[in-house]
Amino acid sequence: MVAPATLRVVRCGGSTLHGARAVFSADSYLLCASGDFVKMYSVATEETLRVMGGHADLVTGIQLNPHNHMQLYSSSVDGSIKLWDFMDGIPIKTFVVGSKLLALYALAHCEDSVFVVIPKRGERDTFQLVSVKLTKAAGQDLEAKELSVVLDGVDASPKRIAFGREGEYVASVKDVNLQVYFFKQKQLNRFSVSATKTKSGNNHFTCIACHPTEDCIATGHADGKIRLWRNFYHKKEYTFSTLHWHHDTVMDLAFSMEGTSLLSGGVESVLVLWHNESDCQRDFLPRLGSAIEYISMSSDGALCCTLHTDNRITIINSNLRFSKSIQGLIKSTDVKTGLVVDPRTKALVLNGEPGHLQFYCLRSDQQLFSLDIVQRQYIHQAGLNQADLVKVAFSAQGKWLATVEEREEVTDPELQLKLWFYDEETQSFKLNTRINMPHEDHITDMCFRNMDELEDDSLILVTAGRDCVFKVWVMVEDTDPEAQQSVSWSCDFVGSYHNYQATNCCFSEDGSLLAVSFEETVTVWDSVTWDLKCTFCHPPGKIRNICFGRLTCSKYLIGATDHGFLCCWNLLSCALEWSAHLNVLVLQPDPLSEHIAAVSWLSKESSLFVFKPNEPRPIYIQRNLCKEKIQLAAFVPRDEPETIGSEKYLWLRRSQLFFLTDTQELMTLSTKSLEERLTPSSKQLAVEESLAVTPFSLLLGKHRRQQSQEDIDLGKLVVRNKHEQDSPAVKELLHTPAHVLPSASFLCPIFINSLLISKENKSAEEVADEVEMESEKTEDDSDEERDVTETEQEDTSPMELLGEMTCKLSKSQEKELRKIRKMDYSWISAF
Amino acid sequence: SGQTVQRIMVNYHVQKVKRECIVWSIAFLSSGTVVTSDSFGRVQFWDWERGTLLESHTVSTSAVLSLAVSEKEDSIIVGTSTGATYQFQLLPVKMGSLEKRWVRTKPFQHHTHDVRAVAHSSTALISGGLDAQLVIRPLMEKMQKKGYEAALRKFTFPHRRLVSCARKARLLLFQFSQHLELWRLGSTDETGKDGEVLPLCRMPEHLLQLKSKGPEHIYCSCVSPCGSWVAYSTASRFHLYRVQYEGGGVSIKKVPKVPKLLLPAYQLQFSSDSGSLFVASARGSVHVLQLLEPGGCKHLHTFRPPSGSPEAVYLLASSADGHWVAAVSGDWAIHVYNLKGFKHHCMVPMYSCAVTALAIHPVTNNLVIAYSDQQLFEFGIPEKQYTAWSRMVQNCGLHKVWLERDSPITHITFNPKNPSHILLHDIYMFCVLDKSLPLPDNSALLMNQSTLKQLPETARQRQLHAFKICKKFQPLLFADLLDENCLVMVERPIMDIKTQLPLPIQQKKFGT
Repeated sequence: MVAPATLRVVRCGGSTLHGARAVFSADSYLLCASGDFVKMYSVATEETLRVMGGHADLVTGIQLNPHNHMQLYSSSVDGSIKLWDFMDGIPIKTFVVGSKLLALYALAHCEDSVFVVIPKRGERDTFQLVSVKLTKAAGQDLEAKELSVVLDGVDASPKRIAFGREGEYVASVKDVNLQVYFFKQKQLNRFSVSATKTKSGNNHFTCIACHPTEDCIATGHADGKIRLWRNFYHKKEYTFSTLHWHHDTVMDLAFSMEGTSLLSGGVESVLVLWHNESDCQRDFLPRLGSAIEYISMSSDGALCCTLHTDNRITIINSNLRFSKSIQGLIKSTDVKTGLVVDPRTKALVLNGEPGHLQFYCLRSDQQLFSLDIVQRQYIHQAGLNQADLVKVAFSAQGKWLATVEEREEVTDPELQLKLWFYDEETQSFKLNTRINMPHEDHITDMCFRNMDELEDDSLILVTAGRDCVFKVWVMVEDTDPEAQQSVSWSCDFVGSYHNYQATNCCFSEDGSLLAVSFEETVTVWDSVTWDLKCTFCHPPGKIRNICFGRLTCSKYLIGATDHGFLCCWNLLSCALEWSAHLNVLVLQPDPLSEHIAAVSWLSKESSLFVFKPNEPRPIYIQRNLCKEKIQLAAFVPRDEPETIGSEKYLWLRRSQLFFLTDTQELMTLSTKSLEERLTPSSKQLAVEESLAVTPFSLLLGKHRRQQSQEDIDLGKLVVRNKHEQDSPAVKELLHTPAHVLPSASFLCPIFINSLLISKENKSAEEVADEVEMESEKTEDDSDEERDVTETEQEDTSPMELLGEMTCKLSKSQEKELRKIRKMDYSWISAF
Repeated sequence: SGQTVQRIMVNYHVQKVKRECIVWSIAFLSSGTVVTSDSFGRVQFWDWERGTLLESHTVSTSAVLSLAVSEKEDSIIVGTSTGATYQFQLLPVKMGSLEKRWVRTKPFQHHTHDVRAVAHSSTALISGGLDAQLVIRPLMEKMQKKGYEAALRKFTFPHRRLVSCARKARLLLFQFSQHLELWRLGSTDETGKDGEVLPLCRMPEHLLQLKSKGPEHIYCSCVSPCGSWVAYSTASRFHLYRVQYEGGGVSIKKVPKVPKLLLPAYQLQFSSDSGSLFVASARGSVHVLQLLEPGGCKHLHTFRPPSGSPEAVYLLASSADGHWVAAVSGDWAIHVYNLKGFKHHCMVPMYSCAVTALAIHPVTNNLVIAYSDQQLFEFGIPEKQYTAWSRMVQNCGLHKVWLERDSPITHITFNPKNPSHILLHDIYMFCVLDKSLPLPDNSALLMNQSTLKQLPETARQRQLHAFKICKKFQPLLFADLLDENCLVMVERPIMDIKTQLPLPIQQKKFGT
């Protein structure tokens, strides 16, 4: 295998749907399950504060620890429950359950157990709700094998189970059945709605929520109805009322903290607030962008948060006002535009919201900007043919943007070509020209001639269409005196070749040549006279991708056919230079070097080949890049060339390669090692110096400076010694979270000792023994403290050995002696 | 003392509304809560002592017209002008707690127009609306088992005879709520096969329209077999008319000096010789009026049940030979009186269901009775006992499908040519009951006319059973035998009624 361990595929954005409802922490952070990670966002600034990784698979549930609101439980498909200190991003404990965990619920009244949904053993697609006893034993990795089944035959979705007020009952829905289990009475009631499909859709249950103070269950249905169940402890005399506004599936429900209002959301991307369970009193927050997947309320009721299908998080005030939106890479239904790099901002540009173009900043994993291209109201309803963006192209400096939108219609597609000019004043794109029906049929490709843009007139746009022509668009002076702009675009030349469909178009680097592929043939045109210069053909197979070589390789034209051939033609000799048998899906040249990346798809795995056109041997091959099909790739220029040690990865020096898989996960190749991403928990305890400036840290800093000055006076040896001794103790004290620290009485001597100037050897012993003593005592304490003690032991073990060798007194005597000694000497030496 | 104790201003809490709020309905609960429903679509609960609002539920955007409380006062049904009815239930807030709250629970949309009246029985919600429907919606949670009782039922027509037929004169009298119409039947000379529509040689003729005076609805009406007498009754008055046919014209004359009877009349029935009129009246009494030519009448006798009865008579049947008259009163007791001696003859043994139709056989003087549980009895009047056939029916039991039918038999008549035939009908079917044939057992097909048609003659004989049912009618109002070869059927298509209704309240429906 060619792939060395140092070049890794790193997931860097977009991707996975949120697997569970978001959780508000008590101090206004938002915690979200995102793929294999738990992300912590600041509600105030929308920033991602922390990404907590550690699960080996999708995170399916997150819940605050009901007994300590600074801790968080998370469950994952990998079969483990982790307890996090989310303020520091430290995993405190890991409970291994063994089977897949699909949802997690933590209740206040259950002291030491949480509820999870696991697949039933031996049966496919049946799931059960079990309570897991979380053992109190010491240690970080614990087994949690004490499972007791609460409900059988539940649904795997976390939205379909809810716990009632004060944990009195649990309700679960599946298909058309609702079951309620009362813990105290040990009574299970089952209800069902009629299974018949009405014309308004089926009435399967989709989600459930329980009233926080009353015995009331709200269920959402696939036909858009919400049912409020009451009196459900009677098997017969139960009753429900119906609320109906949604025209499509109710995706999630949430009661307000007092239960006076109910929030519901669905495909319509409208958040509905129902007051007093009344059908007539409701408020709406419309235009949330995309379908609502999950709704959660903060514990003080001031905020609510919706997670959307396109991976966006919206934070909403209690008065139903839009507050903030946290968005990374927006997931669109289909990325038709491809991955385009905005030359101005170096942002990745692709389909975003329906009809919008998103500018995604790779560095901050945030959406910079969303440009409304289609400028039509998007109707959130399945099965509608709505106009969407299909092609986008930037001119070299990012001054012009060309977009193509179309409405899928079988007989005659509705097409629009729009040209946008970047307005420096408003810092945004302004529509310059709109061309209706630029081609008779779908536009297959579009490109600008990337020339020196100082002379604007030379800017040329070429579009290739399935109507067997390619068209050349140029800027002309606008003669209309009333027009606000000086230039507009119009068609200059229409070219065709034997009435074949034009599939791809590409300009050479200097802009002198245009290559247009017509099914099986590549034609090369002179871009000044529009003469057909030559044609290349490599039958059989239609041309899938073409591109010109760059820099030193600009005499080559590369083409990939759908019969699995990669061909390289020499433009000077008009001959085939070389060809390779490769099923290329993506062909992407690096704009800053000669390298071209090709991604192939063979037998359920994607492989990456990087080559230079002038040599047929690839310079880099990575097989099994990822399991998913890679749909698109893009080279994004780095701000400054990276220093790369290995010769092999020199092609990554100036640009970074990004991939988009068909599940819309954004991946990149990184030469950096694993270290910063997956640090062991004990290492995370080590302190970063870049902490917030507080009065205390200032004071400490002053003290340190003074000390170091003094040390300098005393001599180099002393400085060294001193530093080694006090730094772990002080660092522990200052940087370990308060709730996992041992009591102050233990730490006080260490801390004070560290502030003292004492005779080096003795004080070293003392400190070490103090720490050892502490570790002895805390060992039987709760294991949360173990993290601390472990590291301390590491530091102190050599000292310990030293102490044992020198002193042969009994332990109690030793301790007493030390105490006395310390008292005397240290205080005297201080003054 | 008749003083106003409390005055509650319902409109007080609504600002900026110019419309006046009308309280359409009100109920007083034993807990001291006043429930009002008003034209703003609200159902409100008030404390009567303080006059304060306890709870307010906005049910609809249109008016809430009617309201009814269950006997236990834990459930309320309201009807709105959009045709929807809603149930409110008094439910505990938490399991086991005493705090209870009224919660709007189930909406039902069975009507298209105003729901003018609602009632709350212990097991069902009953609503009646402007769309001429009475809907009984059973409460499933009160039902012990699934069955006939647990089905939703809609009634478009009253279970009463609304058409009467003058056999000899071939006239039909239609009873409407405010008027009567008398029609002469058309006729044809031609004959044809099954399923053919024959051309008429004489068109049906609208003879006269009789409008009742005042706002009262017509309760019952009848035309005599000879066609020269028409009687009808409203809640407070009884009218008798003499109709004369001179050539092509018709003249009508009110009979003066109608005897002052104990009113109102619940059912009217002329004797088969058109010589006397039986008037069913309150407290189990049946008045016999003798009709005199040329337009007069006189009170002959009043029958009363020997033990007395608090209930009114609501069905009458007289025998063709003028000997007997049978009367059913509201307590479901059937009394048979002898007209010759003006005395009480006997009483049919009591049955636990309401009588829906009864008739006396013209030949055998057997009384055929249909009950609301679809049971059929035949009672021999002279013998004062059930006939052998009736006992046989009771022993074998009727077919399951027959017993599960939804609508009651509303009329019984006989074929004088074939004494073993009984002709029955309800709203959806017409049935010829042949007593000479064996009863079908539950495994047999009850409605087998179409399959019989395809069978050869020999096989057909084996498949035959007593019930011959025809279901091709749209709501069948009336069927009677005019003569041996001629049967008159009156249909009333529901679409005809619906097109005459006023427009319902416009409601925006999503997706339209």
